[in-house]
This record gives sequence, structure tokens and C-alpha cells, in this order.
Amino acid sequence: MKSLYQLILSVFRVFFREPAIIFWAVLFPIIMAWVLGIAFSKNGESVRTVYVTGTQPVPEKISGEKVFNDETGNPYRIKFRNASGEEALNAIRRGLIVIYVEVAGDSILYHFDPSNSDAQLTYLILDKGLHQRVADDKTSIRPLQTKGTRYIDFLVPGLIALGIMNSCVWGIGWTLIETRMKKLMRRMVATPMRKSLFLSSYIVTRIVLAGFETLLLLTFAHFYFDIGITGSVAAFVLVFLAGIFAFSGIAILMASRTSKTEVANGLVNAVTLPMMILSGIFFNYHNFPGWAISFIQALPLTLLADSLRSVFIEAAGLPEVMKAVAILGFTGLATFVAGLKIFRWY
Amino acid sequence: MTATPVIEITDVSKAFKEIRAVNNLSLTIYEGEYVALLGPNGAGKTTLIEMIEGIQKPDSGTIRILGMNWKEHEHRLHQNIGLSLQETKFIDKITTKETLDLFGSFYGLSAGRTGEILELVNLTEKRNAYTVHLSGGQRQRLAIGIALLNHPKVLLLDEPTTGLDPGARREIWKILKRLRLEFNTTMILTTHYMEEAEVLCERILIMDKGQFIAAGTLAELNARHGEGDLVEITFDRNFDLTSAGLSGVKKVNWVEPHTRAQVFVDNISEVLPSIIESSRSRNVAITALNSRKMTLDDLFISMTGRHLTDS
Repeated sequence: MKSLYQLILSVFRVFFREPAIIFWAVLFPIIMAWVLGIAFSKNGESVRTVYVTGTQPVPEKISGEKVFNDETGNPYRIKFRNASGEEALNAIRRGLIVIYVEVAGDSILYHFDPSNSDAQLTYLILDKGLHQRVADDKTSIRPLQTKGTRYIDFLVPGLIALGIMNSCVWGIGWTLIETRMKKLMRRMVATPMRKSLFLSSYIVTRIVLAGFETLLLLTFAHFYFDIGITGSVAAFVLVFLAGIFAFSGIAILMASRTSKTEVANGLVNAVTLPMMILSGIFFNYHNFPGWAISFIQALPLTLLADSLRSVFIEAAGLPEVMKAVAILGFTGLATFVAGLKIFRWY
Repeated sequence: MTATPVIEITDVSKAFKEIRAVNNLSLTIYEGEYVALLGPNGAGKTTLIEMIEGIQKPDSGTIRILGMNWKEHEHRLHQNIGLSLQETKFIDKITTKETLDLFGSFYGLSAGRTGEILELVNLTEKRNAYTVHLSGGQRQRLAIGIALLNHPKVLLLDEPTTGLDPGARREIWKILKRLRLEFNTTMILTTHYMEEAEVLCERILIMDKGQFIAAGTLAELNARHGEGDLVEITFDRNFDLTSAGLSGVKKVNWVEPHTRAQVFVDNISEVLPSIIESSRSRNVAITALNSRKMTLDDLFISMTGRHLTDS
């Protein structure tokens, strides 16, 4: 027990003595939540430029600057600029604009790439704004501003999941490889130290450190964005522990053989990058093709992020998260055993 | 005095791919002995010592330490052996004292032992320094301190002073000498500094290409292989010294063919005048001359044609 205590103590010491680690592990996720939360949830004006070509003079409604608000639910400022057809095409090629309007007599022609969603959006704003269909139609907009439906509500549980993954993969995987590279591991196993204790110390430390990181992020999100856990706290803790366990196993398997930092770098990227992109941390993965979604949903980070979200937003309790917890737990156990089996101590 | 064998190595071989790193070696080391494994890089020293440390497994042969073997008594051997590896690095931002506490906990030792070790390896002043800020010599003393934590009966040190300046090297020698006096520890040390082997160890094993090419005390080695003097001589033009028919010359080692030679002789005062005489009679001038007693390095050169420090 004494050696477990000493092993854990040394990990904590390194953590708190290295200001850079504190920044990247603790402050960076908070800054990311803050920046992304602000960027996507601000009710600010969005500005777009649209070129106008064709018959001169152009009608008043498509000249100068216009703000459409009631028509779209969010204020959009459109800057119209007169241009020749050639200029407009060039501007599209350079990415300056996504759409241009051609005035042909009484009618207005929209030129844009229909597969570009931003161009589609601008077209719809213009179409709505210019024709003021709101008044004629029996449709109207009710903006959702309640808790649980904002982007930040989606983002924060994802960031917690991402933090758990990074904490384990870097904190355990990278540290193990570094210890092996320095021949320190070789030196340690030449003592009566128990190998299982050595590896356990890493998992225990991760629970505490990732817990600390998560708590800070949660506190910030609670006070700044008014985010809270709507489901059961016990379920949250269980999912959190299952996540740590799964990624600890993955990290140990990842670090089981190599002693080269270059290889370590590649391994860390190979493990984290696909999940960071696919697992729907920042944007929903349901836009991927159907066959990919079932694969994505089986990824540990997706499981973790989705379960955390269900606890945060959908008021999930223990029964709802049990399946994910079991899969994560099994993933951790399988990778841990496999990693231990092929682990290179010397 | 009946000596107790502590390390018994029998017919041990180890190969890496095509290279036979250790080739059928046998060796017995007795309690309280300090043994040096001397040889250039790649001679097989580290492979042999790592097999004794249990880090590598021999392809064939047996190793017994204190009557135990690695397969059955791993835990007990770990408790009785102290070792330092070639170049261990420690956790950067952990202090000297904390590093010793950590390793001490693996042996179930109290914090008091850390204080004793700090005193023993002369690092008390550096107890609160991060290991990353220690000098090479201090770091190596810490490595030796860790090796000594558990009062080991057997100490295995792999190049403990490589890369250190002479002052730092002597400080480590002082620690090791004291240890032997106080605890009757048995030690194997690898080195490629012949001076280190001379100062610390009564038994010296010279290794080359996975085998012992010479073994014994320094006096024995000199009697058997060296015992004599060395003349290093340079001529201004080609002079085949070997055909001059000189008596008392044991061996000639040409550093540069026919112009620069190392001549191993029985007695310098008898041979030197005849060398000078025969070169003068052939009108060859001597441009440089240097003579001295043989060292282990010279001995190694006379046996292999290479320096100990060559890689």
C-alpha cells in the first residue's frame, strides 16, 4: 500500500509542478467551452455580402445594406454590392461570396451552388427577406432559448468526454512510454515493486485528476452558461468512472510496446484523432452516412459522450446508462488484459 | 578461509540475431569480491550483467545468485540485489529525496533509510533538488543510492562512471570502497576505464567479443600477459624493426606500418639501446620515443590490437 501511495504521490507532484500540464489539462478545455459556447450561442448579427448584377438601376430593396430579423428569427445583415457578371463569378471562385443576384427585368435570379449549405442558407434568408412571406404565410418563428436545447448544452458533455479521453491517453499512455524510454521502468521492475500496483496507480491518479478537471469545467459551465445535470448524479459518476476505465485500458494497450516518442506520437494520434472527429464532440455525427453511424456509435468516445449527454440533457438515470457503462467497462477490461499480456517492461 | 560462492554462471550464451553477444561463459564470484568486467563497447559486458540482473534471459546455460535462480525466486532476488543501469533518467520534477522515498517504498523501507542513503552518497545538500537539475555525477550517485537502499548482498553496476569527469568518478569510487569495508558486499562492475578496475576490484575480467580473454588480479594479469614495459617509437622512414633480430622484444604492434610502433619488451633498459643502435646503423632517425610501464589498456591492445575505449 505504501508503494501505491508513493507512486500516486509522484504523479500528482509532476502534475502540479508542471504549469504547462495544468494549462493544457485544466484551463484549455474551459477556454474551448467558453470560446465555442460564445461563438455559437451569441444572438449577434451575422453579416453576409451579396453581389448584384444585371439591369441598372437595381431596385431599392436589393441595394445598400438591409437587416432581416423578424423574417428569419436571427438578425442577418446583408450587404449588397453592384458588380458585373464576371466579377461576381470571380468572387465566388475566391470564396468572397457564396451567392449573387441577377436582376432581369421584373424577376430576380439567384446564382449559387445548391450543394453548398451556406449558399442555401443565404438564398433562403434573401428569399424570405425580399418577399416578406412571413406576413402572407401562416408560419412563424419561435426561437428556442431554454436550457438543454442550446449548442453549449450539447458541447459541454462532449468536452467532458474528450477531456477524459485525452487525460487517459496522454496521462497514462504517454507517461508509460516516457518512463520506458528513460529506462526508469526497467529500473523500477528490478525492485520488488508489484507490476499490477504500478499500473493501478496510473488509473487511480487519472480518476482524481480527470475528476478535478471535469469539476472545474462543470463549475465554469454552470456559472457562465447555466448548465446543470438534469439526470441522476450517480449515473453521471458511474459513466465518468466507466469512461476513465475504458480509456485507461486503451492507453495501456497503446503504450504496451514502444519506447520511441515518434511512434508514441503516431499512436496517440491514431487513437484520439478519429474519435475526436467522428464521435460528435463538436458537431452531431448523425450527418454521416447511415452505414458509418453504427460504427461511430460503437466507438468508446461516442458511447461516453452520448451517455454523458443523456444524463445532462435528457435527465437519464442509472437504468438508461447501464448498457453504455457495461460496454465501456468491458472495453477497459479487454484492452487492459491484452496490454498487460504484451507489455514490455524492459 | 572458505569463500561462499555468490554468483555462479555456467556455460551461458546469448545471441542477438547473428551476433553472439555472450559466448559460452562460466564464472564464479565469491562473497565480498569486487569484480570488474573490462572491455570496449560491444564486448558483451552489458548483456552479461543484464542476464545476471534478470533483465535478459540467457539462450543457454544457468545463472545462480545466492543459490537462487530468476525463474523461481524472482521476488527474493529483487530484494537482495542492488543495481544501477547504464544511464537511468529519473522523473524530472521529483526531488532526490522523493525519488529515494519512492524506490524505498518498493522495498517497504521507512523514510529514515532515505536520510541514511543521502548521507552515504553525499547528496544530503541536494535532497530537495529536482533530479533534472542534478549534475551527471550527482545523478549517478543517486542511481547508486537507489541500488544501495535495500542493503543488497549483491551489487551490479553497469558503467557507473561513464561520461563523468575524474573528480565525480573518484567520489563514486570512495562510496564503493567504503561499502565493501563496512558491509562485505559482493559487486560486479562493468567499465572501460582500466583505472577504475585497478582501483576498485581485485579480480579483473577482460572481455572481448563475448568472451573472457584474460582474468585475474592486476598483478596476475601483468605477470601472465604483460609484465614488462612498453616503448612507443616513431621513425622518419620505413624501418622493419622485426627483422632487426632484437632480443628481449615480446611483441611489436605497428600503429603505422614500418614507421610507428608499440614495442612490448621485458626490460626497457636492455632493449632500448639495441633498438637505437640498430636504427642508427641503418641510417634511420628516431623522431619520437616514449617508454613506460604497461597499463591494462596497453595489455588490452597487446591482446586485441584495439583500445579499451574504442567502440
